[in-house]
Amino acid sequence: MEHAEKKPSYLQHHFADMEQQTDAAKLGMWVFLVTEVLLFGGLFGFYTFYRAWYPEMFMEAHKYLDVAMGTTNTFVLITSSLTMALAIRAMQLGKKKQTIAYLAGTLFFAGVFLVIKYFEYSHKIELGMLPGKLYFFDGIQAANPHIFFSVYFTMTGLHGIHVLIGMIIIGWVMVRTMRDDFSPEYYNPIELTGLYWHLVDLIWIFLFPLLYLIG
Amino acid sequence: MSVATTANYLNEEKGLKSWLFTLDHKRIGMMYLFAVMIAFFLGGVFAILIRLELLNPGQDFFTADTYNQLFTLHGAVMIFLFIIPAIPAALGNFVLPLMLGAKDVAFPRLNLASFYIYVVGALFALYSIVAGAVDTGWTFYTPYSTTTSTSVISMTLGAFILGFSSIFTGVNFIATIHKLRAPGMTWFKMPLMVWALYATSIIQVLATPVLGITLLLLIIERTIGIGIFDPAMGGDPVLFQHFFWFYSHPAVYIMILPGMGIISELVTTFSKKKIFGYKLIAYSSLGIALISFLVWGHHMFTSGQSEFSSMVFSFLTFFVGIPSGIKMFNWLATMYKGRITFEAPMLYTIAFMFLFAIGGLTGIMLGAISIDIHMHDTYFVVAHFHYTMMGGTVIAFLGGMHYWWPKIWGRMYSEKWARVAWALIFVGFNVTFFTQFFLGSQGMPRRYYNYLDQYQPLHMYSTYGSWMLGVGFLIMAYYLIYSIYKGPKAPNNPWGGLTMEWQTTSPPIQHNFEEQPVLEHEPYDYDTRMVVNDQLIKKEDVKEKENINV
Repeated sequence: MEHAEKKPSYLQHHFADMEQQTDAAKLGMWVFLVTEVLLFGGLFGFYTFYRAWYPEMFMEAHKYLDVAMGTTNTFVLITSSLTMALAIRAMQLGKKKQTIAYLAGTLFFAGVFLVIKYFEYSHKIELGMLPGKLYFFDGIQAANPHIFFSVYFTMTGLHGIHVLIGMIIIGWVMVRTMRDDFSPEYYNPIELTGLYWHLVDLIWIFLFPLLYLIG
Repeated sequence: MSVATTANYLNEEKGLKSWLFTLDHKRIGMMYLFAVMIAFFLGGVFAILIRLELLNPGQDFFTADTYNQLFTLHGAVMIFLFIIPAIPAALGNFVLPLMLGAKDVAFPRLNLASFYIYVVGALFALYSIVAGAVDTGWTFYTPYSTTTSTSVISMTLGAFILGFSSIFTGVNFIATIHKLRAPGMTWFKMPLMVWALYATSIIQVLATPVLGITLLLLIIERTIGIGIFDPAMGGDPVLFQHFFWFYSHPAVYIMILPGMGIISELVTTFSKKKIFGYKLIAYSSLGIALISFLVWGHHMFTSGQSEFSSMVFSFLTFFVGIPSGIKMFNWLATMYKGRITFEAPMLYTIAFMFLFAIGGLTGIMLGAISIDIHMHDTYFVVAHFHYTMMGGTVIAFLGGMHYWWPKIWGRMYSEKWARVAWALIFVGFNVTFFTQFFLGSQGMPRRYYNYLDQYQPLHMYSTYGSWMLGVGFLIMAYYLIYSIYKGPKAPNNPWGGLTMEWQTTSPPIQHNFEEQPVLEHEPYDYDTRMVVNDQLIKKEDVKEKENINV
């Protein structure tokens, strides 16, 4: 009531203006991304430790990962990052239909990534290249090959969960775009989703060479 | 519940729903306070039971297994459910926006979400008690935690979920402090409590995810056996300790830093003197946050890490004492020649400085490798960390609670009973834990439910002390709850504080301030400003008036 001037509906009551609200949200998102980096950082720490401990085993076991599928997935995910960025650009220009199309494209590529991952996983599960106690493949001579697959499955698994969560958020942002929630003045949720999605992409860009391309 | 005539955050909206779905940081803070107090009560009961068993050697009340579960629950509940959220999420949530002159935290919905995530995490932790409790100690060391038959999974899952709650609070506070400061409040005009909460949030955000992934891997290890912590499968159990302490050592600073922030506020308010070395106190909070990440190995001097790394960790452990020492001396210098009054919050401040000095200095002793080899896993360590965690954090928390109580409820508590409770807690604490320094140096190992007869006298005193503590806390619970209903009305600024939370009504209105406050002075300008009848005035104005009268 004390606010004489009219405020837009998407401006929350405790912020003075849109700039403050947008800046706060972006900062919050960046800080959250830092926690994501540290979450994966723990796993990268495990990776480093065990690769240093069993270098020959890592070298031998990694040959059983499918480089062609991994490479395809890398391109798929990078493309999805591009469409995500284009979606933000489209909303900045106020082109709602384009935004929806690009978001749908991002969803599509994310889906393709998971489908390819599914084929990779099921192939390994069939052959018994599984983590820890579940391991029963006998093609690798070096000691403790199950450790490699423990690292492989936890790292790509956690990443896969992030892709899945990303898809849910992108879908939600898409629905909100259809509902006309966004405009060139207010599109922050799309941008924040983009930040998250680029991080998920970036983590894969580290995972791919560290798991598929060693040696 | 209160009959205050003016509209405020407590009475503006009514009904259970208005509390459960509130986005108001003050109400969320109070719900947190309620929850952490339940946890504190539970953890306290476990502690009393542990001490009861230790009154006499041999088995008295509990079997060895039950005893193991009791100390694990005491540790896990006190750490994950009480100390970590107590100051930031409960008191911090209430005072942070008020101190910044803001209407709310940056993300009110995230704030409420963090509370409910806390509740879910707490339910998992409590479920583990029903489902056979955990007996690993709160540290969940492998390989025991992957092989014991007790319900490790629900407890670690609980801690994992609580981590998210902690991260969300941290993210929220960082964005709030960066973006929602009142006009005029530059970084170096922020109250020191805010600096402390900022440093705490940084640690929460950086360390908690690593604990998250570690506990997640522990759960996977237990369920499907991925072998990375299992030496029989080529894994390394000590790796778990490294990862656990990478979080859990910084976590002890998550616990102590906000306590130090409270003490900085209290010491200057009750000395009515400008804080000594404002910038150094602010920087030392950040210094502690930084160095805290580099000392985790001092928990592992006896676990087989290389002598060289033990040496480096020992050096860095001494190093982390420096910023704490800086704070200590600055507080003392603040009191020097101040006009000190000894209301309950100040009594807790004095107690904090006394007890934390002992806790800190024994920490330096334990950081020395040769002494630690001798003292490792004895009661000396138990006494040391209780002097920092309880003598430090809990005492500071109580000081802060007494300090802001009139602001929170708009009511004053009984100063007389507050002093009685303080005396019981202070004396009871020292009787309980100072004896344990002797026990430890004589070789009494921790986590044992039985002991040699020679230790009995000291154990007996320690148990008597725990009863004193219990009585002190019961008295406190009584007069605090009584004050909410029957206490005399509190003025807006009962202690003459200069920070912004005292410039609004007690209890504050829903949007905190009638108008956007503007900061026109340094946070602790007691040499030029004073508070008379809730009004903040310049001292020179008073002098001018007096001159006219003359």
